[in-house]
Amino acid sequence: MNTSMLWVATAVALAGTTAFAQEVRVYNWSDYIDEALLEKFEAETGFELIYDVFDSNEVLETKMLAGGSGYDVVVPSGTFLQRQISAGAFQELDMSKLPNAANLWDVIQDRTAQYDPGNAYSINYMWGTTGIGVNMGKVAEILGDDAPIGSLDLVFNPAHMEKLAACGVHFLDAPSEMIPAALAYLGENPDSQDPEVIAKTEAVFAGIRPYVQKFHSSEYINALANGDICVAVGWSGDILQARDRAAEADNGVEVAYNAPQEGALMWFDQMAIPVDAPNPEGGLAFLNFIMDAQNMADASNYVYYANGNKASQPLLEEDVIGDPAIYPDEATLENLYTTTPYDAKVQRVVTRLWTKVKSGT
Amino acid sequence: MRRFILIAVPYIWLLALFLVPFLIVFKIALSDTALARPPYLPQFDWATGLGAFLAELDFENFVFLTSDALYWKAYLSSLQIAVIATLITLLVGYPIAYAMTRAPEAWRPTLMMLIILPFWTSFLIRIYAWMGILSQEGFLNQFLLWTGVISAPLTILNTNVAVYIGIVYTYLPFMILPIYAALDRLDGSLIEAAEDLGCSRLSAFWLVTIPLSKNGIVAGSFLVFIPTLGEFVIPSLLGGSGTLMIGKVLWEEFFSNRDWPVAAAVAVVLLVILIVPIVLFQRNQQKQAEAEA
Repeated sequence: MNTSMLWVATAVALAGTTAFAQEVRVYNWSDYIDEALLEKFEAETGFELIYDVFDSNEVLETKMLAGGSGYDVVVPSGTFLQRQISAGAFQELDMSKLPNAANLWDVIQDRTAQYDPGNAYSINYMWGTTGIGVNMGKVAEILGDDAPIGSLDLVFNPAHMEKLAACGVHFLDAPSEMIPAALAYLGENPDSQDPEVIAKTEAVFAGIRPYVQKFHSSEYINALANGDICVAVGWSGDILQARDRAAEADNGVEVAYNAPQEGALMWFDQMAIPVDAPNPEGGLAFLNFIMDAQNMADASNYVYYANGNKASQPLLEEDVIGDPAIYPDEATLENLYTTTPYDAKVQRVVTRLWTKVKSGT
Repeated sequence: MRRFILIAVPYIWLLALFLVPFLIVFKIALSDTALARPPYLPQFDWATGLGAFLAELDFENFVFLTSDALYWKAYLSSLQIAVIATLITLLVGYPIAYAMTRAPEAWRPTLMMLIILPFWTSFLIRIYAWMGILSQEGFLNQFLLWTGVISAPLTILNTNVAVYIGIVYTYLPFMILPIYAALDRLDGSLIEAAEDLGCSRLSAFWLVTIPLSKNGIVAGSFLVFIPTLGEFVIPSLLGGSGTLMIGKVLWEEFFSNRDWPVAAAVAVVLLVILIVPIVLFQRNQQKQAEAEA
């Protein structure tokens, strides 16, 4: 740690012990909680909660690696969590302060352990898949009733994309998710770390690039719901939120989500406490609060994402626990893949390829 | 002694807010990326001293910038966008400034207020408002469809056109104010003299007004050009994926690649490119000050 960082850390630490001792600062994904829970947390624990949001793992990771973020709880996804743990960004959780950890679901715990061995640094908040959201009416109008809405063919086949371009297609601006999807479409291993295999996806993206209106990781929720776009490659719960918002607005837009049949990425958003958190006690209190069965059920019922909390399942609404797009059945679960972090060299290949895809340079 | 302190103030300002941060960035540009907090090595510290740092010194991050066409294309594209946006801003700003000086004396404070008024709202909110205006379902398209000028909505948002609109809108006051200041000082009797000597109103404008407001034009153009070159917020919110600007490339190096050393090298090169217009701007200001003294 150089001297300037030390000063910032000291300042944050001093602030943490004096004026802000009763504040808990949480940094979570946008559109990712029922805000009533935030007030409930304040009422139950007496902490003052400061809740900020982000929409990309990269932004969070930069804050974690820079240090002194001032947050007590952050929510990186699996592969990012793994890399940040090895960079020393998080502190081990004091399980004695987390009695509600008994509610966690072993099926998910087993899977998250590949990113966080022994689940020592993080708890699962929610998990989901990366797939395709469509505006049913518009897509049927353009491609007919037998449009391949459950297949990556819809978004990676130039013949379909050329027609869909008129009504708008958005892709996630997340190379660590889009490149595995293109690899799955090609029949390659989605978790390939081989630059030569990864390079094969360039041709796939080049074929459909002219027809993608925007690469963005949060705008598509509203755009799908308003009918501004008709196809989005996005995160399961976000697309289901779009479906819900369209239904509420009663604007004639019907949104549907499908995890592609070629395989879909299964990801895990994990809550962790930064090593330099000003108020780790408050962070633990937030983690314990969120692992309460009722609270976690309320959160999932609101955002349409599955959670890693077994005890919350009886409290989930039928359109959450009963929806295979949220809680996949055994067959779909078989079809989901997970990825591992890229090392620095491969990361550069991936980002460079992504820049080339987006800007043509 | 008092004089010394007075002179020292701007230099301390320059040292603390420009030179020291620049040296920190330059030092990062000479390190190597690593999985650590912060993510680069070696982290120069006074304990191990300069020696260890110099032992590993190389300029590989700068060499790397030359190995990939992305970087110089992004610099060129940023230059192009900055030059065109500055010219448009000048074309829009000059008539506004001119009209302000022609307006009755009593109106001028109000007009000045109107120019400055947008600054009362956050820059980010104003750019977001433009997203609402320019989108497919936005006000502009709705209005044009309603008037029958177009039959299908125009795609403006997420293109370079939207970036130009955003830049011209945001930086317009920086163009208007210096030109207004120059025109306001202009002696009206010079124009009368030109007209008495047989100039038409138009040629008097070209031969007298424009040359006498040159300092304002130059100052305004630099005030628009310099921040536009490194602009990040406007292209990322209004621009499309095809909008290539160095600010976005820098962001990607920093955030997506986690490669702070290369990001720092990009920033250093950007600064070197900016030094030329900054020096020219300073000269212009100095000449103007001398002319007035």
